[in-house]
Amino acid sequence: MNNHEPLIHIARRDGLVWWRAWCVRLVSLILALLVSALFIYSITKLNPAKVYAAMWEGAFGSARRAWITARDASILLCIGVGLAPAFMMRFWNVGAEGQMLMGGCATAAVLIYCGGALSTFQLLLLSAVVSVAAGAVWGVIPAFFKARWNTNETLFTLMMNYIAIQITCFLVALWENPKGSNSVGVINQQTQAGWLPALFGKQYLLNVVIVLALTVAMYLYLKYTKHGYEISVVGESENTARYAGISVKRVIVRTMALSGAVCGLSGFIAVAGASHTISTSTAGGRGFTAIIVAWMAKFNTFVMIVIALLLVFLEKGAVQIASQFHLNDYASDVVTGIILFFLLGSEFFIQYTVRFRSHSQKNEEVEA
Amino acid sequence: MAEEFAVRMVNITKTFGHVTANDKVYLELRKGEILSLLGENGSGKTTLMNMLSGIYFPDSGQIYIDGREVTIASPHDAYRLGIGMVHQHFKLVDVLTAAENIALGLPGGAVVDRKAIAARVRQICDRYGFDVDPDKKIYDMSVSEKQTLEIVKTLYRGAEILILDEPTAVLTPQETEKLFAVMRNMRADGKSIIIITHKLNEVLEISDRVTVLRKGEYIGDMDTAKADVRALTDMMVGRTVTLNIQRDAPADPQRRLEIRNLTVKDKDGVTRLDDINLDVYAGEILGVAGVSGCGQKELLEAIAGLQPAVSGSSIKYRPTGPEGPAEEMLGLGPRAVSDRGIRLAFVPEDRLGMGLVASMNIAGNMMLKEYRSGKSPLVERRRPYDMARDIVRELEVVTPSIETPVRRLSGGNVQKVLVGREIAMHPTVLMSAYAVRGLDINTSYTIYRLLNEQKKAGVAVIYVGEDLDVLLQLCDRIAVLCGGRLNDIVDGRTATKEQVGYLMTNLNKEAGV
Repeated sequence: MNNHEPLIHIARRDGLVWWRAWCVRLVSLILALLVSALFIYSITKLNPAKVYAAMWEGAFGSARRAWITARDASILLCIGVGLAPAFMMRFWNVGAEGQMLMGGCATAAVLIYCGGALSTFQLLLLSAVVSVAAGAVWGVIPAFFKARWNTNETLFTLMMNYIAIQITCFLVALWENPKGSNSVGVINQQTQAGWLPALFGKQYLLNVVIVLALTVAMYLYLKYTKHGYEISVVGESENTARYAGISVKRVIVRTMALSGAVCGLSGFIAVAGASHTISTSTAGGRGFTAIIVAWMAKFNTFVMIVIALLLVFLEKGAVQIASQFHLNDYASDVVTGIILFFLLGSEFFIQYTVRFRSHSQKNEEVEA
Repeated sequence: MAEEFAVRMVNITKTFGHVTANDKVYLELRKGEILSLLGENGSGKTTLMNMLSGIYFPDSGQIYIDGREVTIASPHDAYRLGIGMVHQHFKLVDVLTAAENIALGLPGGAVVDRKAIAARVRQICDRYGFDVDPDKKIYDMSVSEKQTLEIVKTLYRGAEILILDEPTAVLTPQETEKLFAVMRNMRADGKSIIIITHKLNEVLEISDRVTVLRKGEYIGDMDTAKADVRALTDMMVGRTVTLNIQRDAPADPQRRLEIRNLTVKDKDGVTRLDDINLDVYAGEILGVAGVSGCGQKELLEAIAGLQPAVSGSSIKYRPTGPEGPAEEMLGLGPRAVSDRGIRLAFVPEDRLGMGLVASMNIAGNMMLKEYRSGKSPLVERRRPYDMARDIVRELEVVTPSIETPVRRLSGGNVQKVLVGREIAMHPTVLMSAYAVRGLDINTSYTIYRLLNEQKKAGVAVIYVGEDLDVLLQLCDRIAVLCGGRLNDIVDGRTATKEQVGYLMTNLNKEAGV
């Protein structure tokens, strides 16, 4: 009978010690760099070491570049932090893009309509509040339908993105400045009213501080509060939640309100703290990239810091090598792709062990 | 000479972890006969059939189809060998039509020729007397229609050997008659059929031979013509085994729960509990016996507030006995029940999927029912850890640490954690479903001891069990369910195993309609 046994057995691991898991990740990163080096050399005949140095240069080569990297990483991190509670609940919120855009639109509206009337502090407070509310509404709508009629949240949140994009298009047309440019331009360029101010002379320090504070708060919320406990139980098994007397519907709606709110706040940071304008590319796919951030970090918001930095580093590095070595954009995308492929693939080997047929017999005997 | 046996399974063994589901089991199915596979819950009937239909792969043993040794590594292999199984839970796609469901997974081009399929479906239906509309959507079908479709599906795929897993469990008596008529037609056409069932009258009515399993072991087979209810019950339940479980007389039993006219329907509208009237007393252990799926789960979940009941049903809680105040529990839901101070402990059948959070550690699971207490928005950290340490020490839970996710503990230790938590809440009512399933002897005795301690402390204990020896030696009274009805309540001290076995499988005329 054994002739018919499959050649490869894939079995779930019983949990790997944390340091061995990180060893697997490190090895896969090294492998990724080696394969990328091979790719770079075989295609471009460039010295891979120089290419890697250029990537570093692109992300951290100067103080200004490092700050832009930090700014972009913090926005990505903010969305990832927003996704964490939803994902912990096994609610696949792929609507961060839309929730962020709605937050961005709300912020832009406050800056445009109240720019002259309120002080900067009042403007910031007001736009933070309305952006949080806008994101929360965008998160609660699919959650309500999920809780009430068990609709598919992935499709629902995804479609909410397109509605948000259309609303943004409409608002861009409405706020067009100057007329006919089809863009809003920099809002309050002269007065800088409602812009996030520099902190200790560093323009983007406040962005980073806000997001790091959120990161810590979300970590504590998920780990130590009753709400966080309920989210974990609902995510693990709705049956157990009902058994324990948890109202699954209420937890779903409440958690998505929070998730949408934080994603909405990322829109506020992007508009008031970075671009000072609004367009359909304000989110720019970061709502989706943040899904990778949240997943790779296993919803641990502190690990998300590392992942967000890594992704932004790869992006900046790719742009740098494309311009420095006159490479096609796609070549640098391939390098980024290889690195991500290996890092995501390593999770498979952390979760599962692969055994070959000839060995499996012996293993079973040993285990028996 | 043509081969006599359609199927021979020889020396089949299958284990799951440390539980042996099938231990050197034999099964022979002659060509053109209907064979009943009989056994109590957990006797390994479904496991054995799953190996024949390619869902599980046996650890050891041989399978012969038409006298040829075969390897069945997947359901696809089974189909190629002409084996088709109709599972208890139907595997149909709701939004597709009958014909589309039949075509699913069949080899063929990209185009589905609905007309040709429908024509062949009609041909099969005419031949055996089925009643299937090929263009009807599954979601418009009744349970019986879905089952018929499942059978037609296996025939369409050329099955010569049919396995029906408890087909009558979901059918009304009229529908059962119809099914039996169809089965006889199939037999006349040369098909070989295995029917899994607990119901002795059905065994006697439909089958030519019967094979009996008990606790994963092959007990024997006989021609149905030579069998009667008594002989089959004896084979099924076995001789009485003395277990030496302690059983004190209940001290001052007071009525604590009054269940009146309890009727529960599932989401398909099938009646799962039918007009149950039952009292539960403090200070006694009430056993609930019945073959699987006879309403035990629904009964416990209705009491726990997890199962909506038909209006007119009532479950009254009397904290201080029959004269004291009464509180209606139905319709409250588990949270409101606990908010009203009703300390209801529940050890559900699905330990990791309902009673515990599999990925959390022991301490995290300790909080499950009490995390809400207190005004602080933060969960209490220290108490659950103290509780976890107490339970690990007192019940000798084997675990690397209290930080280990309960998913990684063995079955017995998982159960100790769950029972330990439920007892730690100082319940007034303690319900347990299959509390010792899959546990070793020592852990089982620990559970019996704990239940007895609770009984002594004046708790109303409900013990849903499957092992009749245990039920008869642990419980003060035993309520026997049969097909969602309360067939009888017997005294645990005087009832015999045969009596309970008979009540489980034969509905009393008075209890029936």
